[in-house]
Amino acid sequence: MVTPRRIVVGAHYGLGSWLAQRITAVIMALYSLILLVGFMTGRPNGYGDWKELFQHGWMRVATLLFAVSLAWHAWVGVRDIVMDYVKRDGLRLGLQVVTILVLAGYLGWTVQVLWR
Amino acid sequence: MSTAAAKRARPKYLHLSAILFEIRLPVPGFVSILHRVSGALLFFPLTAWLLYLLDTSLASEQGFARVHDYLRMPIVKLGLIVFVWAYAHHFCAGIRFLLLDLNKGIELAPARRSAGAVLVVSLLLTAYFAWRIW
Repeated sequence: MVTPRRIVVGAHYGLGSWLAQRITAVIMALYSLILLVGFMTGRPNGYGDWKELFQHGWMRVATLLFAVSLAWHAWVGVRDIVMDYVKRDGLRLGLQVVTILVLAGYLGWTVQVLWR
Repeated sequence: MSTAAAKRARPKYLHLSAILFEIRLPVPGFVSILHRVSGALLFFPLTAWLLYLLDTSLASEQGFARVHDYLRMPIVKLGLIVFVWAYAHHFCAGIRFLLLDLNKGIELAPARRSAGAVLVVSLLLTAYFAWRIW
């Protein structure tokens, strides 16, 4: 094995993003499965049940955790897509900024919906 | 490279028939590109759409009733089916990628089988969901 003489890839941002994408994936998968099992065992019936479900503190926190995971996960994923297909620097930067704004918007919206 | 191999006539361009019928993306390739496509669809517009539905349905009794009626429209059901396929495919393919990262099933044959399973399972889940809501 060749020992690298100098580090050419900054602070291993790639590895960090890769790992974050996988951890957030597991968080979202667990939330989805728990919600699916919950809906299959006791389906919320009508507005009262539906509203009550999202009034529990744990449901709000779990959903927020899901939303944060989604934002982080989608940032890594969409950035990968943009980096692969968009070759023009200005356009790529623009799309990345739009992606961040959209994801930040989703997060703010989620908080607004959960804590109303 | 041997001279015999170098002199052998090679195709200079691809026939349309080759592009259409002979060169095919292997099954894991389909799973991979569909993982991207489903991920992009989930990012936009599906998340925005579902957040809007969650917002409206939680905001008030009338909002809940509106969403309830809205979800009965055929075109909206179609949208839900697209969402379920995208979510199911992204989910199943994601589990497969996590297992591959852990060096599970990385040989050619099991990798192809698991890719086929991802396609089939997510389509079956989507079909079941479509049958239930229709």
